Amino acid sequence: MEQKLLTKHIPGMDPMNIQAYLDVEGYQSFFKAFKTQPLDIIGDIEKSKLRGRGGAAFPVHIKMMSMAKQKETTRYIICNADEGEPGNFKDRYLMENNPHQLLEGMLIAAYATRANKGYIYIRGEFDTPIKIMHEAIRQAKAHGLLGTNIQGSGFDFDLEIRSGAGSYVCGEEFALIESIEGKSGRTRVKPPFPTDVGLFGKPTLINNVETFSNLPWILAMGGEAFASIGTESSTGTKLVSVSGNVKHPGVYEVPFGVPIRDVIDTLGGGTQNAQKIGMVQLSGASGPIIPEYMLDLTIDFDRFEDFDSKTGAGAIIVMDDQKDMFNILKRISDFFEHESCGKCTPCREGNVHMSKLLNKFLQSDATEKDLMNLESLSRVMHQTSLCGLGQSAPTAVLSTLKYFRDTYFDRIEHPQEGGLA
Amino acid sequence: MPTITINNQKIEAKEGQTILEVAKDHHIDIPTLCHFPDLDVQSDCRICMSEIVGQKKLAPSCSTPVKEGMEIKTNSQRVYNARKTITELLLSNHDTNCTACERNMNCELQTLADTLGIDENRFENILEHEPIDDNNPSITRNADRCIKCGRCIEVCKNVQGIHVLDYMNRSHDTKVAPAHGKFLNDQVCTYCGQCANVCPVASITEKSDLEKVTHAIHDETKHVIVQTAPATRVSLGETLGMDSGSIVTGQMVAALRRVGFDKVFDTDFTADLTIMEEGHELLSRVKEGGKLPMITSCCPGWVNYAEQKNPDMLDHLSTAKSPQQMFGALAKTYYAEKEHIDPNNVYVVSIMPCTAKKFEAAREEMQVHKETADVDAVLTTRELGKMIKRAGVNFKNIGEESYDAPFGITSGAGAIFGATGGVMEAALRTVSEVVNEKPLEKLDFEDIRGMEGIKEASVTLGENTFKVAVAHTLSNAQKVLDDIKAGVSPYAFIEVMACPGGCIGGGGQPYTTTNAKRQERIDAIYNVDTAMKLRKSHENPAVNTLYEEYLSEPLSKRAHDLLHTHYKPR
Repeated sequence: MEQKLLTKHIPGMDPMNIQAYLDVEGYQSFFKAFKTQPLDIIGDIEKSKLRGRGGAAFPVHIKMMSMAKQKETTRYIICNADEGEPGNFKDRYLMENNPHQLLEGMLIAAYATRANKGYIYIRGEFDTPIKIMHEAIRQAKAHGLLGTNIQGSGFDFDLEIRSGAGSYVCGEEFALIESIEGKSGRTRVKPPFPTDVGLFGKPTLINNVETFSNLPWILAMGGEAFASIGTESSTGTKLVSVSGNVKHPGVYEVPFGVPIRDVIDTLGGGTQNAQKIGMVQLSGASGPIIPEYMLDLTIDFDRFEDFDSKTGAGAIIVMDDQKDMFNILKRISDFFEHESCGKCTPCREGNVHMSKLLNKFLQSDATEKDLMNLESLSRVMHQTSLCGLGQSAPTAVLSTLKYFRDTYFDRIEHPQEGGLA
Repeated sequence: MPTITINNQKIEAKEGQTILEVAKDHHIDIPTLCHFPDLDVQSDCRICMSEIVGQKKLAPSCSTPVKEGMEIKTNSQRVYNARKTITELLLSNHDTNCTACERNMNCELQTLADTLGIDENRFENILEHEPIDDNNPSITRNADRCIKCGRCIEVCKNVQGIHVLDYMNRSHDTKVAPAHGKFLNDQVCTYCGQCANVCPVASITEKSDLEKVTHAIHDETKHVIVQTAPATRVSLGETLGMDSGSIVTGQMVAALRRVGFDKVFDTDFTADLTIMEEGHELLSRVKEGGKLPMITSCCPGWVNYAEQKNPDMLDHLSTAKSPQQMFGALAKTYYAEKEHIDPNNVYVVSIMPCTAKKFEAAREEMQVHKETADVDAVLTTRELGKMIKRAGVNFKNIGEESYDAPFGITSGAGAIFGATGGVMEAALRTVSEVVNEKPLEKLDFEDIRGMEGIKEASVTLGENTFKVAVAHTLSNAQKVLDDIKAGVSPYAFIEVMACPGGCIGGGGQPYTTTNAKRQERIDAIYNVDTAMKLRKSHENPAVNTLYEEYLSEPLSKRAHDLLHTHYKPR
C-alpha cells in the first residue's frame, strides 16, 4: 500500500552527510533544471498537477507562475517548516531524515522563479531539525550548491534558517512572514497575496517542506509520470502522520486514493487491544472529526472539500469509543483559544466562548440554547475569520455537530449518564 | 468596468474597487468598525462581512475587490447573523455600562448594537478590568472599552510616525497599549489626540476639564473669561448637529455667554500678536545671522515632538509662545491690571481643537505668576459641544453675537491659523509689508494652502528671495527636519502643524474627522478670512494699542517676558 518517493531513502541515509544524498542521485534534478528554461520547469510542474501539501491544496505551478511574472526582481522563497498542527509530524520527519531533498526542492523553485534569497522557517521547538538543516546548508554551501554563481551557472541563491518562539499561528503564511520580518506573528489582510506583496514587501513563494520535497521527483520522472500516481484530482503521494490509539503510530507515505481505513488497519496496525474506533480526526486539531463508518473515505483533496476544510489529510488521529467527545473538543478549543493571534474579532473573542460553551457540555451543564449558540458561533467563526486559524478552529465542533449530533443531545437530555469521562 | 449586483441591484463598478467602495458610491450602507477613511485597511473587525453568492464563506467588504459578475448580498440573513454575532462578541469583552460613558449616544459600537437589534447578549461578559491611563493632562485611555479595531495604532504609526500605541499580547489577552503596557506619560506621546479622534468608542478620549470649568463658572469670586481658537468656529457646529464646514462664530460667542462666561474673547487676537512677535523674530534672525530655518512653535503637539524626538533642533523653534499662551499671559497681566481684578481671580478657559493644548497649559514655563497657570483650563471643541447641550442652549437657533473688546478685535490672518499653511500665510502677509513697505498685491498665498503634506512658496523681502515651507502631520515634519539635519534644507522659515490639515483636523475636533471633512473646514476658514475687513495682523488696531499701552514694540523686554518661552529636551 505504501509508495515511497519522498521517503524512499529513509531510513538508512545519513542526513548529516551530503555525500549520502549525492550517492542516490541527489541534486541531479537541480542540475537538470539548469539545463531547462525556468518557464519549462514550471510547465513540467503544471503537468504534474502538484498541489500544496500545507493544507490549502493550491496548485503549485500557479503560485510559481505568479512569482515568475513579477516585475520586481527581488524575490523570496520561503519554506514553511513551522509544522505546529497537533497530530502532524511528517515535515519534521523529512527534515530530520532527508534535509538535502528539501534544499534541492527549494533550489529548483528558486531557479524557476528567479528568486535569489530563501528562508526556512522552522518551528521553534524543533531543535533537531534546526540542527540538521543548519548542517545541510553548511555542506551544500561547501559543495557549491548554495551561494553565488552556483555551479558556474550565474544563478545565486542564499538560504537562511529562521525560527519563531513557538506560536502556532506562525504556520499561517502571512503571520510567518511577519515573524521573519521581526514582528509579532499576526496575519495580514489578503489580497495582496504573498506572490505579489510578501516578505519585506517583495514577491514571495511559500510552500511547506513536503511540497518542496516533491519537486526533485517531478523533475526526475517528468510531470506526466508524476501525475499518473494518485488520483485525477490529487496526484503523487501523501505523507500521513498516524497517531492516537493505533498499534504502530508513525509517518507513512501512500499514493493519493488510499482509503483511510486501510491506513489505520494495515499501516497503523489497528487499535491497541482491538478497541472499537469511536472517532477519527483528520489533518490535525483544525480538521474534521468523522465517525467510524466514514473511514472508507479515500485520501484525496477533493473529498475533503466536503468538510469545507481544506486542511487535507496529513494526519489521522484515531480515538476509541471510550473517549468523551467533549473532553476532546474542549482540549482542541482551548488550544485555539491560546493560539489565536488576536487580530480579528471572531477568532480573538469567539474561541473563548467556544471553550466556555464546550465546558458546559463537558460538565453536563449544557442546555439546548447552548447548543444553538455553539452552532451559530462556530458557523460565524468559520465564515468570517481573517485567516485559516480562525476559520478552521471550529471545524472539529462543526463536524461533530454534523456526524455526532446525537451525542450533544444525549448530554443535554441525560446529563447524569454523561458526566465527566 | 465590472458589472456586479448588490442586493439584486445591477451596478457598474470601477476597476479595482472594493465591495465597500462600490456600496458607498451607490448609497448602500455597510457597517464598519476598524475601517476608517484615509487609513490603511486592516480588515480586523469583520463587521463589514457580505455574502457573495456561490461562496461558502462571507467576504469582508472593506478588502474584497469586486469582480465581473459578482452577486453580492449585504443584507441577507446570513450577513445579519454574522454581524450580530461579531457585535455580541465585541460587547462580551467591553465595559457595557453605556450610561456611564462619555460617548453614550455617540458611539459606533452602541449604534451598531442598536441597528442590529441586540437586546440581550448570548455570550457572557468576560471583561478583565484594566487600570485607566490618565497620568497626563491631555488623554485618557480606558482599556475596558477598547474593541481592538486598531485605528489609533494606524493613525499614530502611519500618519504621525510616532508609534506609541501597538497591540500587546495575543488571543483574548490582546490589548492596545503603549510599549510594555506602560502609561502614555512614560512614552514619547505628543498628546496630538489623533487616536482619540478616530476611536469608534470612548476608549481614548481627551481628559475632560468640563467639571473644573463648570465649577469655576459658578464660583462668584472668579472672573471667568474664555478664548476660542481659530479652528473651533468652523467645527463646533458638527458636534451640535450641523454640517461640516458650517461657520458658527457668532452662535458660539452667544452660546458661551449663555453658558455663563463673563467675557468671551478670541484667540485670533493673540494669533495676530503671535505674527507680530514671530514675524519680527524671523526678521531679526535673518538680519543678525540667527538660526535658520526658523520653525513655528504654536502647535503644542509639534513642540512636544521636537523636544522628545528632535532635541538637537530646538534652537530652530521660534521662541514666541502660542496664541493660547500669549492670551493667558496677557489675561493675567495687562487685562487684570486694566480691569482692576486680582490676577488670581481671573480664570482663563480656552476652547481648543486640540488635546495637546491641555498639556501646554499645564507646562511650568506657562506661568507668569507663580500661584496660577496662565490658562486655567482647556476644553476641546467636543467638550464645548457637550457643555452647550448641557446648558440647554438651542445652538442652531441662537442669534449671533460679537466678541468682547479688546481681545475680540481680530484679523483674517489670525483666523487662518486654524488651517495648515495659515500661520505661514499670515506671517508672509505681515513680513512682506513690513519689510517692503508697500501693500501686497495679492493677499492669498495659494501655494501653501490645502491638504498636500509638504508645501512650499517663495517670498521676496527687500532684495532677497526666501523659500518657505509648510508641513503637517508629524511624519511630514520629520522629513523636513531630516533635510535640515542633512544640511540640504533650502528654507528660511517653516510652519509645522502636528495634525493633518492643521488645527481644523486636530485631536479635539468632532469625532470622525476625515480628510474630506478637513477640506470642508479649511474652505470655511478661508471664507471667514475673506469676509473680514481686516486681513493682516499688523493692521489690527487692538494689537497696535496693546503695544502702545503696554508692550511698547515687538521683541521688547516686556514682550519677551510675557510672550516668549524656551524649550528643553524631554
